[in-house]
Amino acid sequence: MKKLSKLWHFMKNNRGKYILSIIFMGISVAFSLMVPVIIQMVVDSFIGELPSEYLFIQRIIQMPGGREYVRNNLWIGGLAIIIITAIYGLFLFLSNRLSAEASEDIAKNIRDKVYDHIQQMPFDYHKNSDTGDLLQRATSDVETVRRFLSIQLMEVGRAVFMVIIALYFMLQISWKMTVAAMILTPIIFFFGYIFFLKVQKAFKISDEAEAELSTVIQENLHGTRVVRAFAREKFEIEKFKEKNKSYAEKTYRLIKYLAYYWSISDFISLASIGLVLVSGVYFTYIGEITLGAIIVFIQYEYRLLWPIRQLGRILSDLGKAIVSSDRIQEILDGEIESDQENETTPEIKGEIVFDDVSFAYPDNFERKVLDHVSFSVRKGETVAVIGRTGSGKSSLIHLLGRLYDVDDGRIIIDGVDIKNIQKKWLRKHIGIVLQEPFLFSKTIKDNINFSSQQSENAVFEAAKIASVHDVIKEFDKGYDTLVGEKGVTLSGGQKQRLAIARTLVNDYPILAFDDSLSAVDTETDIAIRKALSERKKDITTFIISHRVASVYDADNILVVEDGKIIERGNHAELMALGGYYKRIWDIQMA
Amino acid sequence: MSDYEFQEQDYSKKIDMKIWKKIFKYLIRYKKLVAILIFFMINLALADAIFPQMTQRAIDDFIVPGQLEGLEKFILQFCLLIVWQSLNIFIFISTAGKIEMNLTYDIREEAFDKLQKLSFSYYDRTPTGWIMARMTSDTRRLGEIISWGIVDIVWGFSLMIIIAGFMLAYNLKLALLTLSVVPVLAILSIYFQKKILEAYRVVRKINSKITGSFSEGISGAITTKVLVGEEKHLNEFKEITTDMKRSSIRAVIFSALFLPIVLTLSSVAIALVVWSGGNSVIQGVITYGTLVLFISYATQYFEPIREVARVIAEFQQAQAAAERVISLIDEEMDIYDTQEVQEKYGTILEPKKSNWEELNGDIDFKNVSFRYKNGEEVLKSFNLSVKQGQSIALVGETGSGKSTIVNLICRFYEPTEGLIEIDGVDYRSRSIAWLHENIGYVLQAPHLFSGTIEDNIRYGKLDATQEEIMEAAKLVNAHEFIMKFPETYQTQVGEGGGKLSTGEKQLISFARAIISDPRIFVLDEATSSIDTQTERMIQDAIEKVLQGRTSFVIAHRLSTIVNSDRILVIEKGEVVEEGTHEELMGIKGHYHNLYTNQYRENAFKAL
Repeated sequence: MKKLSKLWHFMKNNRGKYILSIIFMGISVAFSLMVPVIIQMVVDSFIGELPSEYLFIQRIIQMPGGREYVRNNLWIGGLAIIIITAIYGLFLFLSNRLSAEASEDIAKNIRDKVYDHIQQMPFDYHKNSDTGDLLQRATSDVETVRRFLSIQLMEVGRAVFMVIIALYFMLQISWKMTVAAMILTPIIFFFGYIFFLKVQKAFKISDEAEAELSTVIQENLHGTRVVRAFAREKFEIEKFKEKNKSYAEKTYRLIKYLAYYWSISDFISLASIGLVLVSGVYFTYIGEITLGAIIVFIQYEYRLLWPIRQLGRILSDLGKAIVSSDRIQEILDGEIESDQENETTPEIKGEIVFDDVSFAYPDNFERKVLDHVSFSVRKGETVAVIGRTGSGKSSLIHLLGRLYDVDDGRIIIDGVDIKNIQKKWLRKHIGIVLQEPFLFSKTIKDNINFSSQQSENAVFEAAKIASVHDVIKEFDKGYDTLVGEKGVTLSGGQKQRLAIARTLVNDYPILAFDDSLSAVDTETDIAIRKALSERKKDITTFIISHRVASVYDADNILVVEDGKIIERGNHAELMALGGYYKRIWDIQMA
Repeated sequence: MSDYEFQEQDYSKKIDMKIWKKIFKYLIRYKKLVAILIFFMINLALADAIFPQMTQRAIDDFIVPGQLEGLEKFILQFCLLIVWQSLNIFIFISTAGKIEMNLTYDIREEAFDKLQKLSFSYYDRTPTGWIMARMTSDTRRLGEIISWGIVDIVWGFSLMIIIAGFMLAYNLKLALLTLSVVPVLAILSIYFQKKILEAYRVVRKINSKITGSFSEGISGAITTKVLVGEEKHLNEFKEITTDMKRSSIRAVIFSALFLPIVLTLSSVAIALVVWSGGNSVIQGVITYGTLVLFISYATQYFEPIREVARVIAEFQQAQAAAERVISLIDEEMDIYDTQEVQEKYGTILEPKKSNWEELNGDIDFKNVSFRYKNGEEVLKSFNLSVKQGQSIALVGETGSGKSTIVNLICRFYEPTEGLIEIDGVDYRSRSIAWLHENIGYVLQAPHLFSGTIEDNIRYGKLDATQEEIMEAAKLVNAHEFIMKFPETYQTQVGEGGGKLSTGEKQLISFARAIISDPRIFVLDEATSSIDTQTERMIQDAIEKVLQGRTSFVIAHRLSTIVNSDRILVIEKGEVVEEGTHEELMGIKGHYHNLYTNQYRENAFKAL
């Protein structure tokens, strides 16, 4: 039962609706089981002449006109059947509706929570996470839980009510007949339960075969060029045939198991009905029960068998819902970025000090990507960092935006250690353009305006600075062009420039370009930086690059190698130094 | 995601028999199985209709007269009936399953065969995801709905007919009373089943939106974080989930309404039977057993109606899937061997290699023009003559036409005008397989298949021995790193080669291309950056591989083509500069510019 506690936890806020829904289910089941009783009454007491076992019916019969009256007006019985069925239907509807409201609300809450949580997880989690697995948890596992709560749970409730209420009515009539009616039901239940537990493996085998088949098709489609160029069509067809056949065979085997299940389960169920019929004949013969009672038993038997079969199947499936809820909970248990008590929201102007900062990424903690690095930047200054791939340049920006925290030393902005600044607050003041930016499947305008609600003119302005305005204008729908799968495919350089525009549309006091100009050509690079320095004067700017053309006009240039600053100064100073920087300059600008 | 929406369109159409005829054509192969299935479905319905009669007999023969004579016979008959019915169930499920699997298998196979023959222009305009959906979910759906659709329709109709027949035979008046609600039931069922399916379709559509949002939320998480867009995203997401909640509840309400309404309606039939039948019992016109029988039949009648209504609605919805699958199978091929060529050289599946001429490797473009399906003209009256053994490098910007030239050589596309000759003969007069068997091809983004490294190299020559494989790997400098894996050549490369680095994949794709000793070698060089050491190894491999073959290299890193016999600079479908590296550097034109720019970019590597 402890395993179910997570499912119970997910039901919070909706438990009331569930309980009401289950109660309505019980009422509807009770009414549905009354129909056979009415028929019994009509057969035994109206048509036949037996006194009814039910007191209120005896009273009806004793009313003015008495039995003779109802006998001549059998429509009363018919009307009772219709009314009772209608009530049964009404409560069935209410119950289903309530459970749908509850389970859909739960599903919505889980989805929202998971989505929120995923977004709040730290940078490091996303860098290392398996996208496919995460997606599966967020979608199909949530669906499994939803199905359990909306359908299976209600089925269980129905079956339980059905058995209890039917037992009550049956026991009223005859306990001996009740034994005859119920004796085979445990077998039907356990047969279903055990069968579906055992057959889960066959389901899995079929699923796996299907996955293999999909992989073959997928690889064939992705590798069409290779297939054709090597004239391997025949080989591919044979490979496909093998998987296609394997899937068909394995799935057929599963269907055959199901054929065994349904035929055996039907066999027992029908035998159970036969048993009721034959023992009914015997018990009426010895006068234990009436004709009408047999009708009740037979009708109940037909109604009971289905839910009991389902029950076995659902219980065997319960494991899946538990596994899924565990997998969802695992995401929700992951640590997220949250504001700490010591964190504040100070004014951020743009004076930055790196004070003896050391850092290593958690997944490679032995390699220090920053090793006791110190430097300072005044407000409005441009600092450029240059170095080869893997020299640790990008980590400077990751630390500045608190995507990671320093291992040692401090980063101080306007006199405040950034460890004491709320992460979101900090990021709202630092415009970071990532090396590999992600554009969302929205229009270009909405992408640029992603983190702001700027006017159209501001959007155009930002796009102009990022040298992408003219490109956008060329699209048929201009700024309303959709980006991504359903829209235009953009080149790497265009994406970069859009990402730059997206950052520039805000008035950040600090800007940081993480090698984000490398995907655009040198001329555009220069144009962007020129426009920037003209229009956004007071901004402290970080530029990370492997291209000297991007860095030479910075106020301060840092050359990084193996986590250390090996040269620093402005262009003239570094050229005079005649070191590493000068050599790169000579090669790149020759 | 977009593919899914593609799939979800057009659903309220009328049933189009032309489409279904094509689908049912697959069924003809299994007419024996279908006949068995139909036979047992009728049996099943018959047994379903007989069970209530057993109750009737128990009442009339034993209970009402109060005697037990003949009970043994009754029990025996009941047992036989149960065995018969269980058998029906077993046979119908396994037969329908067999039909389903066979159909799915056949449709998939035919579609896959077709995919191997369709030309590249098809792949250019059709997203892979779309084809995947046709090959997986659509085909599965068709197999399912056809086989189980037969089951439900045959069972539904025969049960309705059989029960109606029995009722009419027992008592005309009661039968007509019971059947009086059937038309209303049928109309209501058809209406609701359609509504229910439509409502769930909306739900599925929103569901695919949710999947899309999650996928984007996960992939774009870092960007969102940096831009502090978490709240905005969450709010947008909440809108979709709210929509989902609303639509799901709506769908449930439809189905939750249907059952009570229909149950109440059938209770009207039961009430009529109780009223009129009860009076008949009192008057002695019918027996108690018959009354109970009619009550059972009135209860039973609703299920087949619902099933038939459901299947009809499902067929309507599956039609879109059928259309799409058929459109794939019926897709016309652009590039194929003519009848004469096939007769002489065989087909791709059954090549007659004995008739194949040796390929030497002279290639001539004669006034070749080429235009993509979308109308974009890439080459116009292009001429090029390449002698056997020459190495040609193609340089130019994206869209300049250099890839098209290579695609034409490989006959992935054919010229819209003009002709291409190989060894002095129009290559369309030889078979595609002949050409492809003689081409070695290395792609920009190397594509490996899941399987071992050995499997992947062997792809180039299916009957290669272990020694040949190793030799090929050694030649392209791949042997060394392969041996460093614990399982050496038996190492699994993962889906798409995902477990290997880009450089490693590239070296293996070289080995794969070289093992069959091709006469023509085509190399679309990788743009992605690889570390210096691997780059050097690849450079060395390229040089070895090109020796003695006619070769075409689409170069991105110009350092790799310095030694080519001829470098062609392509711009807008035309050769604007041509010569060796030294000659072109001397002219100080386009090539010179490109080369020096690249040299600068690589400054760090030079250090």
